[in-house]
Amino acid sequence: MIKVVRGFYAIAEAVRLSRPNVIAAYPITPQTEIVENLAEMYANGELGDAEYVTAESEFGAASMILGASAAGARAFTATSSQGLLLMTEVLYNAAGMRLPIVLVVANRAVSAPLSIWNDIQDSISIRDAGIIQLYVESNQEAHDMIPLAFKVAENKDVLLPFMICVDGFKLTHAYEPVDLLDQETVDKFLPPYNPVVKLDVNNPVAMGCYAPPPYYMEFRAAMEFAMDRARDVMLKEFEEWYKLTKRNWGGHVVADYCEDAEIVVVTMGSIVSLIRGVINQMRKDGMKVGLLKIRTYRPFPSDEVRDALKNADKVIVIDRALSIGAEPPLSADVKSAVLGNDLEFHSVIAGLGGRDVPRELVEKIIRDVAEGRAKPGKRFEGLNEFEEVIP
Amino acid sequence: MADILKEVRFHGRGGQGAVTAADLLAIAGFKDGYHTLSFPMFGAEKRGTPVVSYFRISDEPIVIRDEVKRPDYVVVMDPSLIDVVDVLSGLKEDGMLIANYPTGSEDLKKKLNTEKKVYTINATKMATELLGRPITNTAMVGALVGATNLVSMESVESAIIEFFESKEIAEKNVELVRKAYEYMKEVCGW
Repeated sequence: MIKVVRGFYAIAEAVRLSRPNVIAAYPITPQTEIVENLAEMYANGELGDAEYVTAESEFGAASMILGASAAGARAFTATSSQGLLLMTEVLYNAAGMRLPIVLVVANRAVSAPLSIWNDIQDSISIRDAGIIQLYVESNQEAHDMIPLAFKVAENKDVLLPFMICVDGFKLTHAYEPVDLLDQETVDKFLPPYNPVVKLDVNNPVAMGCYAPPPYYMEFRAAMEFAMDRARDVMLKEFEEWYKLTKRNWGGHVVADYCEDAEIVVVTMGSIVSLIRGVINQMRKDGMKVGLLKIRTYRPFPSDEVRDALKNADKVIVIDRALSIGAEPPLSADVKSAVLGNDLEFHSVIAGLGGRDVPRELVEKIIRDVAEGRAKPGKRFEGLNEFEEVIP
Repeated sequence: MADILKEVRFHGRGGQGAVTAADLLAIAGFKDGYHTLSFPMFGAEKRGTPVVSYFRISDEPIVIRDEVKRPDYVVVMDPSLIDVVDVLSGLKEDGMLIANYPTGSEDLKKKLNTEKKVYTINATKMATELLGRPITNTAMVGALVGATNLVSMESVESAIIEFFESKEIAEKNVELVRKAYEYMKEVCGW
């Protein structure tokens, strides 16, 4: 049923339909309303036999869902920015313990300076934890990916946490029509969680235990292998989802006009839509421009990226996060995927801390590259002139 | 009627319902069969501080989520904002400013020193009379629709009934929105 709803409601409703057993969370802007909606559903008795816990911090919230998941529960949390950073120690553990928790990150810049606005530095910062990361373009995609996240994470061949990254404010606070799923559809897609191993007093196991040098490395390599297997599991579930709902979100990447494009713009998140609009217009004007939307960021779809960029002469990667002192994160991953190709490579950083990226800026970025005005390499766009001062 | 894409910017003060105003239009426009999107200017706004919200309506799915820089219509919900916010910023040449302003459109036009279309309504008075509180969002939605026919009044009224949980408050707001609509229709000479 299509309804005009706020993004955070679309997310909360999909979580409810996924029949979670435990939700633990701590409020932080712009995520708060996701769990506020879930708390309201819980108070109204709409969450089945789920437990909802308001934790004393994000560290507590992450610890609770780690424990719940280890005990065999389907567990969910949501957070943003500093909240995610505070969860990080626990989330590395959850991944190492192979717990299929699902979390939504309402993407927000990190401190300092304090900013509640959107970029994706928060989730990017824990890209190496062993957590699947998927970046969505719209609230419909966010809504649809939640049952899918549980199904992929809980797959025996995967068993890793799954993070859905949703641009804070731009998506979470947008009020727009979303085709909301019904229980029957979600139940058809997502079976109850059946853990391979869990904490059980009658059949005791130890999880996340001590691994001296003869054992540790194999545990970590196993995570890498599981993340690799997640590629195919995800593709299969994307396909299943399409068959069930008739909504096709594509695979790990979505390539528009890449076959014959001379310039391809690569990016992820809600900014993709705006760029697609610009590129559609440029195509009509006869410019050979293409778009590569990255959906799955971990595992990184290197093969798909290499394939999509095989005919391009110039690549523009737009990052909304930094790896200070190195190539920006998405840019570095794209570069490693196309190693050996003869490409003019532009690493553009834009939209940090909620800095608006208007159509005109996107047009300028592309035209500067098309007309040879921009020097290849790393640069900021939409940056004001400023004098460096230590605050 | 609505064109391919119309963009509206609302100026209010925190607590006056600028976000709700844009949301009501999003529901109403969707009921009329359009694609709609409303969103607040994001920040940690507090009651009483100047706030902004946006609304887009289109025949096609709306995929652009950047701030509205070149609005077709600007709605000002509180007269005191005229002195502190550049309400005309980016307004299209053939655009329209619809303001809650007690001393009339000629007066406001002079104050803003503009040749653009400016229409005013004393929404504070209207809202205080009907709701007992100076909450002007529904009145200004009525005024906007009266001046522009951006969405149908039927859909606005049913959006209000859906939106407000209390039947009494909903009915009072429907009355208010209709009054503001009729008033603005007459001002604009439809």
